[in-house]
Amino acid sequence: MRDYIFKRLLFLCSLLVLLICGGMVYSLVSGAIPAFEKFGFFNFIASTEWDPHPENEQYGALSFITGTILTSFLALVFCLPFSLPVALFTGEYFRGTRAASIIGSVIDLLAGIPSIVYGLWGFYTLRPLMVNLHLSEQGFGILTAAIVLAIMIIPYASSLSSEFISMVPRELKEGAYSLGGTRLDVIRRVIFPISGSGIFASYVLALGRALGETMAVTMLIGNTNLLPTSLTATGNTMASVIANQFGEADGLKLSSLIAIGLLLFLITAIINFIGKMIMKKLN
Amino acid sequence: MNALSHKTNWRKFQDRLFFWIVCFFSGLTAIPLVVIIWEVIRKGYKQINLNFFAETAPSTLDAMLAKNVGEIIPGGIANGITGTLLMVVLAAVIAIPVGILGGIYLAEKPKTLFSHIVRFLTDLLQGTPSIVIGIIAYAWVVVPLSSYSALAGSVALAIMMLPLIIRSTEETLKMLPTSLKEAGLALGSSYSSVILKVLVPSAFGGLFTGTLLAISRVMGETAPLMLTALGSTAINWDILKPTSAVPLLIWEFYNDPNLIDMIWSSSLFLLLLILVLNIIAKNVARKWKI
Repeated sequence: MRDYIFKRLLFLCSLLVLLICGGMVYSLVSGAIPAFEKFGFFNFIASTEWDPHPENEQYGALSFITGTILTSFLALVFCLPFSLPVALFTGEYFRGTRAASIIGSVIDLLAGIPSIVYGLWGFYTLRPLMVNLHLSEQGFGILTAAIVLAIMIIPYASSLSSEFISMVPRELKEGAYSLGGTRLDVIRRVIFPISGSGIFASYVLALGRALGETMAVTMLIGNTNLLPTSLTATGNTMASVIANQFGEADGLKLSSLIAIGLLLFLITAIINFIGKMIMKKLN
Repeated sequence: MNALSHKTNWRKFQDRLFFWIVCFFSGLTAIPLVVIIWEVIRKGYKQINLNFFAETAPSTLDAMLAKNVGEIIPGGIANGITGTLLMVVLAAVIAIPVGILGGIYLAEKPKTLFSHIVRFLTDLLQGTPSIVIGIIAYAWVVVPLSSYSALAGSVALAIMMLPLIIRSTEETLKMLPTSLKEAGLALGSSYSSVILKVLVPSAFGGLFTGTLLAISRVMGETAPLMLTALGSTAINWDILKPTSAVPLLIWEFYNDPNLIDMIWSSSLFLLLLILVLNIIAKNVARKWKI
């Protein structure tokens, strides 16, 4: 009897995950319906209008979708020259040594810093630097946000790809060495081809992280509801517009913000799904 | 012959060069960490004193008056510390039992369709942006109770902790040898007591580490709390009332020009808290390694 109850309890607890996810989708969709009904699903996605004036409310998500995609992909590009060397450092050159564990701890600590502290650092250290370099007038914008975002996703990109790099079979590497290959040859001709899709998957998952980052981006992107026209222009991401405007929103605006939340949820879910699928194929 | 050795030297040079590039850029990643921590300590240590832990956040006026005469800002972040404590403990109380039991289920029945679905959804939940989880907790708790509350904040944090705990529990239990379970069952113990008295204690280190890491992960979260707990100027222990938290206070200070000096000390406190949790978790993991 006790076993029966215990087994039911285990089942119920895992069922709860299913219920949470189901309830999440239900709540987001039902919250977003008024906005979609008013503007139409595709119109809402394709419109850059964001006008909260009571007589003529107009909401569209395109500016924010663009802002999110721009900052995230830029961050991915910026993080590549750092996370790939770190992955090679900890997964190949110094695998299992003290040096690797030191770099590993640095990366772990980077992952532990809260988003809001990254935001403060970006605001007080990086932003003045951007102004001094004449990259932008006030230092806010897509570029500033993307640089901080890049630092934030280095841990996610590098720790996973390091694992894939260290999983490359030893015999293959030894084979290449015996043919007279240098270490660079081994990395280029053996490690990258074999762990390539794994590394790709870890960058896809890092992208998933970058898409949903909120606080640091909110503090640095400038928070204008316009379509960003250049890399130094200000803008808003989907997450930052929710963080900024949710508090005072009601009615149609609230519904539009929830609709943006739903879109953000869908985009990150798809990106994460792609990453996991690639990794599953490898196993 | 000469040409050949020339080529070999060139390849060796490339190899060395690449090695140093890798080392150089790996080393560069430490710079942001050092700079951030240095900045936070340098600007924050002045404010940290006994009052910092004992008093609530100062009003704009008090801060302005103190600044005008060149004193450090009076007051502290006691309302944030107690709020963080309240919400994190409540979230842990919700998420730890459910997460561990759910993880046990996945480890016990790894191959069924239901387990695959749950595992997939756990990953989905883990990848969900924290701000979206904030919206969810808003819709589930804030709207029905028609008030921002610590409970809503805890629900958001619990939803974020749940997938982390489930996966770490599952991973830890998978590493235990099957003979352990078989031995327990062979001695005639019931299924539930084998799990609760043999498997869970043997996996304790892993479970504890996973839980601590999950707690340290949600402790610095700001975005979901903005939509759920809102913040409060007084110390609040009522889970149905709006409550502050350290990251929420940092956000408030950041938006108030007079209180700017407080952000660094609060960040320093938050960083230290998270760092200590991480170090404890790592040491426990090393000590209790299976």
